[in-house]
Amino acid sequence: MKTLVWVEHDNKTVKDATLAAVTAAGKLGEVHLLVAGSGCAAVADEAAKIAGVGKVHLADDAAFEHALAENVAPLVVDLMGHHDAFICPATTTGKNIAPRVAALLDVMQISDILSVEDGDKTFTRPIYAGNAIATVTSSDPKLVITVRGTAFDKAETSGGSGTVEAVASTGDAGLSTFVSSEIAKSERPELTSAKIIVSGGRALKDAETFQEVIIPLADKLNAGVGASRAAVDAGYVPNDYQVGQTGKIVAPEAYFAIGISGAIQHLAGMKDSKVIIAINKDEDAPIFQVADIGLVGDLFKIVPELTEKL
Amino acid sequence: MKILVPVKRVIDYNVKPRVKADGSGVDLANVKMSMNPFDEIAVEEAIRIKEAGKADEIIAVSVGPAKAQETLRTALAMGADRAILVETDDTVEPLAVAKILKAIADEEQPGLIMLGKQAIDDDSNQTGQMLAALMGRPQGTFANTVEIDGGSVIVKREIDGGLETVKLTMPAIVTTDLRLNEPRYASLPNIMKAKKKQLDVKSPADFGVDTAPRLTTTNVSEPPVRQAGEKVADVDAMVAKLKALGIA
Repeated sequence: MKTLVWVEHDNKTVKDATLAAVTAAGKLGEVHLLVAGSGCAAVADEAAKIAGVGKVHLADDAAFEHALAENVAPLVVDLMGHHDAFICPATTTGKNIAPRVAALLDVMQISDILSVEDGDKTFTRPIYAGNAIATVTSSDPKLVITVRGTAFDKAETSGGSGTVEAVASTGDAGLSTFVSSEIAKSERPELTSAKIIVSGGRALKDAETFQEVIIPLADKLNAGVGASRAAVDAGYVPNDYQVGQTGKIVAPEAYFAIGISGAIQHLAGMKDSKVIIAINKDEDAPIFQVADIGLVGDLFKIVPELTEKL
Repeated sequence: MKILVPVKRVIDYNVKPRVKADGSGVDLANVKMSMNPFDEIAVEEAIRIKEAGKADEIIAVSVGPAKAQETLRTALAMGADRAILVETDDTVEPLAVAKILKAIADEEQPGLIMLGKQAIDDDSNQTGQMLAALMGRPQGTFANTVEIDGGSVIVKREIDGGLETVKLTMPAIVTTDLRLNEPRYASLPNIMKAKKKQLDVKSPADFGVDTAPRLTTTNVSEPPVRQAGEKVADVDAMVAKLKALGIA
């Protein structure tokens, strides 16, 4: 099978989410990549070095600068003339583009796969917020798949010797325009690739307290910062901090859940973390049912002490 | 301008799904069902646009079993004007739902189609994007704010790392994220009024759509259960454990 993997990037560098998708694609067959963007030749060169990669299709055009699905989908459909599977990381970009491609190809997308099973076109994927795992087999002639990043190892970023090949632009569809973006600039590791994450819940009281309690611990551990939906809804931190069914799905080496009770929607986003550390004043909080290390007590005393002693 | 709002009947947000012992699926017998929460947000947003004088009619649509009429009545009680049920007891995948919705949109000619970004049962996150593709129209997915501006709709989208604003030429498809709004509760008088609103029942065949599934689900299982570890007595014990694990 010949696969085409969507390379997630910012027109400068390849984003980590791509690497898990490459690993998933490798289980299906030959791995080709698509770098669609504007002034993104350096991304294609970098992508060509990813281990196991064959051809890198480079579509460099102003119409692709912001990866608008309306412009990108026709390009992918063209390339799918000689590929058997289109594979995207299950990022907001991938989730935006892949179904548009699938519908144009008249195939049913398989969302958020956790594994590639033996036999042709069979995969597992989470349903009901990860409360159940479905095994599904496609009967479509071509596959369109999004890949859950935490379920696959990341491909090595070196050792590959792909060849970059320019492809003609399919142009601007004239349906949508990019207006602006507000991307939080942070020195912190991104949530979906951080080795350690420190997350806070509603118990943090307000935005100021969240900053005072959570951030020093995160700084000490060089950790990404996350939050429960309750903390985001209460305005302690921006939306993109949210870990959970409808937020980010993470699986770091260590996940600190601080003042988070552990609603199923939150657990759906972090229960595959290697080690879960919970600090909560309620000893019956569901978070303790999944935590490897739990400490019952007042987080306002415990967290500063922990920060100091680490 | 008309707004079309597709809604899905799903297991209630607060119910913990139970996997059937024979691996055939999730047990939905005697389980509370409700409108998919993201679709509720879509209905609310459509109503707000109408209240702002920028839409004339809101049409709620559902593809599903006869009981999905209840879901449509909820949308009508919230403020939708009329409803269409495309009745089927089969599992209809997002691609086929999108095809049915396209056929309805071809008849109704809405300026905006507003739907939830994903249903909380199959978690596919596909229908809106697929519908946009089939109609050849723009898509504003994961909307955080929606603003009608003449013949365009400006959508601020929740993306990894922050927010992105796009401008779409209408007719356009918008899918809602959690923080777009807080849906209203239907008042008792409105629930009564909703019972008299028009609700047409159709079938997928009326639209010439083949709903045969493309994916076969061979097994549904419980996810691996994570075992609880141990509680430690104090911070020193926690630090020692973290060090032993190489985390600190």
